[in-house]
Amino acid sequence: MEFTDWISDARNIIFLVIGLAMVAAAIRVVSSPNVVHAALMLVVALAGSAAIFIMLGAEFVAWTVVLVYIGAVIVLFLFGIMITRAPTGRDSVRLDHERRWPAALIALAMFITISWATTETFGDKLVSDGVATANDLGAVLFDRYVIPFEAVSFVLLAALIGGIVLARKDPEQ
Amino acid sequence: MTHLVTTLFLYAEEGAEHAVELADGGVLAQWAWLIPAVPLVMMFAIAFFGRRLPNRGWELAEFSMLFVAVYGVALFISNADQGVYYEGAIEIATVGSFVLEWGWVVDGLSIMMYAVVGIVGLAVFTYSKGYMEGDIRYTGFFANFTLFAAAMLVLVSSPNMLQLIVGWELVGLASYLLIGHYWEDHENNAAAIKAFITNKVADVGLFIGVIIVAVTVGSFRFSDVLDAVANADSALIEVAFWAGLMLFIGAMGKSAQFPFHVWLPDAMAGPTPVSSLMHAATMVTAGIYLLGRMFPLYQDELFAVDVKTIIIIVGAVTLLLTGLIALVQDDIKKVLAYSTLSQLGYMTVAMGAGAYTAGLFHLFTHAFFKGLLFLCAGSVIHAVHSNNMSDMGGLRKYMPSTFWTFIVGSLALAGIFPLAGFWSKDEILSSVSFDAAHGGGAVASTVLVVAIVGAFITALYMARAVYLTFYGEYKGEGHPHESPKIMTYPLIGLAALAAVAGFANMPGIYTGFTDWVGARLHVMGDHHAEAINYLLAGLGLAAAGIGIAAGTRLWRADRDTQAARDRFRIPVLYPLLENKYYIDDFYLRGIVNPTKGSIARATDWSNTYLLDGVVNGVGLGAGLLSKIVYGGIDQRGIDLAINATAAATGEAGEQLRHTTTGRVQQYAGALFAGAILLVVGFLILS
Amino acid sequence: MIVNQFLVLAALLFSIGVYGVLVRRNAVLVLLSVELMLTAVNINLVAFWAYLQDPLAYLQDVQFAGQVFALFVIAVAAAEVGIGLAIVVLIFRNRSSANIDELDLLKW
Repeated sequence: MEFTDWISDARNIIFLVIGLAMVAAAIRVVSSPNVVHAALMLVVALAGSAAIFIMLGAEFVAWTVVLVYIGAVIVLFLFGIMITRAPTGRDSVRLDHERRWPAALIALAMFITISWATTETFGDKLVSDGVATANDLGAVLFDRYVIPFEAVSFVLLAALIGGIVLARKDPEQ
Repeated sequence: MTHLVTTLFLYAEEGAEHAVELADGGVLAQWAWLIPAVPLVMMFAIAFFGRRLPNRGWELAEFSMLFVAVYGVALFISNADQGVYYEGAIEIATVGSFVLEWGWVVDGLSIMMYAVVGIVGLAVFTYSKGYMEGDIRYTGFFANFTLFAAAMLVLVSSPNMLQLIVGWELVGLASYLLIGHYWEDHENNAAAIKAFITNKVADVGLFIGVIIVAVTVGSFRFSDVLDAVANADSALIEVAFWAGLMLFIGAMGKSAQFPFHVWLPDAMAGPTPVSSLMHAATMVTAGIYLLGRMFPLYQDELFAVDVKTIIIIVGAVTLLLTGLIALVQDDIKKVLAYSTLSQLGYMTVAMGAGAYTAGLFHLFTHAFFKGLLFLCAGSVIHAVHSNNMSDMGGLRKYMPSTFWTFIVGSLALAGIFPLAGFWSKDEILSSVSFDAAHGGGAVASTVLVVAIVGAFITALYMARAVYLTFYGEYKGEGHPHESPKIMTYPLIGLAALAAVAGFANMPGIYTGFTDWVGARLHVMGDHHAEAINYLLAGLGLAAAGIGIAAGTRLWRADRDTQAARDRFRIPVLYPLLENKYYIDDFYLRGIVNPTKGSIARATDWSNTYLLDGVVNGVGLGAGLLSKIVYGGIDQRGIDLAINATAAATGEAGEQLRHTTTGRVQQYAGALFAGAILLVVGFLILS
Repeated sequence: MIVNQFLVLAALLFSIGVYGVLVRRNAVLVLLSVELMLTAVNINLVAFWAYLQDPLAYLQDVQFAGQVFALFVIAVAAAEVGIGLAIVVLIFRNRSSANIDELDLLKW
């Protein structure tokens, strides 16, 4: 498909905008000297992914991302940053390594590999236009996928307990 | 394996046998393997726990002899009733085409030997209890003695030549052990070794003979060999002369014929019961037994008849020469030993003249009276504590039982009517005269004369022995007394047998013994006299009578003073006789010393320098080679490769461990890079 | 909308996340980069769901595998962040620093 044909679809324009924003934010996440800024840029990236989900028709997943990821995980991150910051305020230590080119090389190689593989495989195939409601997802989740669902709940339980045990102060203090 | 023979028909010869029907002996014959087995087991029993018994093992030995005697007499009676033939065997192994068996023969010849060994053995064992009282090796003595009895019985019960050799060698061993019973004295050891070595030298002949016969016939069994003789087997005919000669040489060793006779007089170093049983009655008769067992080989026209000439000459030479030596002996046991040699000469002469029955009959009677004479001598020695007749004299007053039984034995030996020796000696004389008339020729005639002269000499030396021992004044220092009953009762028993045994074979009147020993699977083919040859009987009796008279004249009236003896010293003859014709000196200087000296040294040199040199050289060479392999190849080559590998591995590890930096991001980086490479690889390949 | 555009976007985000994981020295920032990678994975999953769904075979069993899996990824990511941050806090308590480079005790 030609680029002009692709860009003529309004949705693809929106996709392009959102995508660019996400990539910019992601770059900022990995290169910002300020830890808090990095966390907040992740918020932007996550918001963008939620928008992508809605575009694809996965409403429930989109709002779950907003709720859980942005609402809880990022907050957790911010708390973590707060706890692990040096008492003197701004970090004096460099946040990145001295030699960054091996990592850049690896990242680039990875991108090229994956995108080339997908382009080769999928070519110009289109996405379907269906929308999945929460109703549909709920029906499936508690029917066919109930066992993984319960398993995940166990994982969350373990994480909960683990977190509490790890982070509490020693009993004798 | 039972051979059941119903009838044997023989071709009519002058005075030949009639048809003989043989029974199979029944249960007695089937269990006859117990006869050698019981003494053998008793020997082990005595050896292991004889010492703890109340009589220190004597009761076990006596029981074994009692068993053999009773069984032997039972078989004897059965055989006398109707001739028995039974041969039982157990196959032990097969080597190539030869079958090795262990068996027992129950026929006339074997039964006669069982009875003789059993009866004389019983008498001697009973006597030994008293004689060996207080001996330091009492239990060991009876163990060895029982071993001898077992070995002798194995010998006479063997159905094949290999088992015969086993028994032959075992009696030689027992003889060695018993002659050397008083081994504290080195002379006794030397005597034992002399007996063993002389026998062993003669045994070479035995082995060669057995090998020739067995290879030619293809079997070790006597019955197979004699079958080959009966069937005129041509292969056996070719080798018969040498086989017969070699076998006779073996017999000469055991039966002490000239020149293998030298061991028997020295064997008197052993205890007297040993001399009685082994060196008078049984062991020395093994050679005669062998000739009797193989008799058809010598008797049949086509086979080894020429050997008989040699046999008869050897027997006659032995008979005469050894009898003469007996005249000059001071030791009473030596007198009897030379007498035994002389009587064995008689038996050999009989075999050489083709007189199977005569030779065995003399063996039979000789066992009784010579066994008796030795036991009497032992009784005397026991009382006087000396072997020498110059320490004796006048003992008939102190030892009446011994005296009278000695007289009976001496008269029997001299061949006085009607005692046993008369009948058996007469049988031999008539057989020799028959042989002289039927093919023996001049040789046999000469031998006949020699035999009659021998009768004279026999009577002469026995008279001398009697007078010097029992008459005159007692010349010793001790207090002689009669021996205890346990010693005198066997003497009486044997004396009775020596008196009546002769009646078993009286030509023309009753010839039971001929039938008894003739009860064999094969034809013996010997001649049997129809009636007593009065001429020969008279000549023999006359010779004996003259001998006794001369002896009485010379020795009755205590002439054994040194002066009297000097008067009888015929210049050349006496030293010759006293030194036993210098044969022992010849053997010592001519054979033993060179072997001990120069030959032994030469073999030692060649062993040390030649044989050991080769062995040492090989050893050194191997050592050198191993040094090269070790140093050059192993150390430098192989070890180097291994060490280098190890070093390389170590170095690699040393360097590679620096990759574990502990930094997670580096690990992650490596992970991602690796994953990308793999994916790219798959994409390219697919 | 073609599938590939979403897949390429996800690949880009993933690569950036990889870069972040390998480069950042602060433990919290590393975890942040991991979150970025997981987001990219989610986009992939949902894109595949959208690509594979058949409007006529609505409500069939494996119709929503992509979305369901995305939900699970979110849940597990949340749990993992919780634990990860707890560990980081513990390390920070011991060393007063969240620098990963100092955590190299498991070395040769």
